[in-house]
Amino acid sequence: MEHQEEAAELSPAEIERRLETVARNLAAEKSAGARRKLAAERKHLEAALRARLSPIDRVRAARNPARPQTLDYIEALIGDFIELHGDRRYGDDGAIIAGMGWFRGGPAAIVGHQRGRSTVERLRRNFGKPFPEGYRKAARIFDLASRFNLPVITFIDTQGAEPGIGAEQRGQSEAIAASLEAMARIEAPVIACVIGEGGSGGALAIGVGNVVLMQENACYSVITPEGCAAILWREAGPEKVADAARALKLTAADLLALGVIDEVVPEPPGGAHREPAAAIAAVGAAIERHLRRLRKLAPAALRQARGRKFAAIGAPFLSGGVEKRARIK
Amino acid sequence: MAEARAQNGPAAAAAEEIWIKCPGCREIAFRKEIERNLNVCPKCGFHHRLTVEQRLAITVDRGSWREMFAEVAIGDPLGFVDTRPYPQRMEQARRASGRNDAVLAGLAKIEGHRAALALMDFQFMGGSMGVVVGEKIARLMDYALARRIPVIVFAASGGARMQEGALSLMQMAKVASAIARLREARVPYISILGDPTTGGVAASFASLGDLNLAEPGATIGFAGRRVIEQTTNQQLPDDFQTAEFLMAHGMLDAIVPRHKLRYTLGRLLTALRPPRLSPAISGRSRRAKT
Ligand SMILES: [Zn+2]
Repeated sequence: MEHQEEAAELSPAEIERRLETVARNLAAEKSAGARRKLAAERKHLEAALRARLSPIDRVRAARNPARPQTLDYIEALIGDFIELHGDRRYGDDGAIIAGMGWFRGGPAAIVGHQRGRSTVERLRRNFGKPFPEGYRKAARIFDLASRFNLPVITFIDTQGAEPGIGAEQRGQSEAIAASLEAMARIEAPVIACVIGEGGSGGALAIGVGNVVLMQENACYSVITPEGCAAILWREAGPEKVADAARALKLTAADLLALGVIDEVVPEPPGGAHREPAAAIAAVGAAIERHLRRLRKLAPAALRQARGRKFAAIGAPFLSGGVEKRARIK
Repeated sequence: MAEARAQNGPAAAAAEEIWIKCPGCREIAFRKEIERNLNVCPKCGFHHRLTVEQRLAITVDRGSWREMFAEVAIGDPLGFVDTRPYPQRMEQARRASGRNDAVLAGLAKIEGHRAALALMDFQFMGGSMGVVVGEKIARLMDYALARRIPVIVFAASGGARMQEGALSLMQMAKVASAIARLREARVPYISILGDPTTGGVAASFASLGDLNLAEPGATIGFAGRRVIEQTTNQQLPDDFQTAEFLMAHGMLDAIVPRHKLRYTLGRLLTALRPPRLSPAISGRSRRAKT
């Protein structure tokens, strides 16, 4: 098949355009033989696209506004969702959604970043960049879930926490830190899902899970590739940004190998934005599978296991008396 | 051990200049005179930065310091190359500082009180937090937890270390989890936010003390000043992200001048006593294992 060799030389954008053409032809085509041929071509193109996606391509996919966002996951996976607002200190942050609902028939607490799609919604949600009151709302829900032994499901999708005067005045650092500690204390199962961009501390603040899932094209990083390039190379042109994305090892496959995440959730061919329903269903199935296992553990054991999990991150790369680490209770 | 290092380490190299200009009052002062005054300007009270060795020498009781986890070190988990490979950068920082990474951990006495102490080294790659920093602080906390020893951390850091990628980021959660365990066991943890404390260090353990203290004028914040200037078009206040700014907004328990810090820590350690351990365990804790 000639299109096989050809596809390997195309850029991801070109492959995407071809995929769209093939999909259109497939929809119009009636003959079974031609359909088989088109379906085979689509399969090859999809495989080529997967292989050709560079780290910066995945960052772009993770930021694609058509990608399903937290509210889409809640809509599809959570029944009777009751949104809970405000931090009871200052305000209600639009960039973090929190609430309770039913996942596969059982009550659960949900927390996630929401970027928004329309201009109006994006502004209202500060483009998914939470203020301190967002993290304080999240921490409040984490404490609530712990006291009532509700499993916690979080959806991570932010460029990072809001940098600005108001955020600093109201203690962005303390709010993120307190959310980390609140998550560490939860005596219930916690499943964190990186569904888009996992931007630094503002992402991790709701990411301290017993299990951390990450979609195939999501990214998770200590700094944005743009920020990294600006600091290390003092320039943020597209080439250096792509270099930074590669150097940071921010893809799901890399982070699985480094032991930062626990499982990569496959996305539909071409990315979650192409078939949102299928992408959401795959995440839902993974959450269900892990939740079934975690529910068998005692509340205190869940907290301990989470502590041990994060204590172990990075340890394989250390030398010098690492084996002497005390057992964590 | 640390006292010996204080005479030969980076402090000695920096001491070559005899005169320094004080950024506080712009006056030229005799370096020795400032050093004798705990590196605080005798004229205007400006707090110059201290090396880790200087900090240790003015904080702990003479002869009481016992370093722990000194050998813990990291290679190059990401194979990170920017303008230079990460192992080369590390090698240079290690040679200049005489330590493996950006934090020093150990046991000491302060005004007669036992304490587990971690001190971040801003001269070591900007005090950036990679796996070693997270690991040593978390391990120190777990050691102190098992023996009911109060923990004091002197932070000084630009944030998480880029060259270790998401592994650095995860150290925020690692140390926050250790603090959750201390909190539950009622073992006191005092955080001292040094100049500067920003990014992922500010947004994790440095802000989670039972008490958060700082020295006058220290720069403390989440986002970098330049990032904020670029993303907002607002005029930043003069005292933005200083210890004084944080205290005015309710984010610090106290600003303690350097001359009073050791005494203050002594008083706080007297007041905040961890619960007693059963005799079997406390007997074991007398010998510090490293
Ligand atoms: Zn002065």
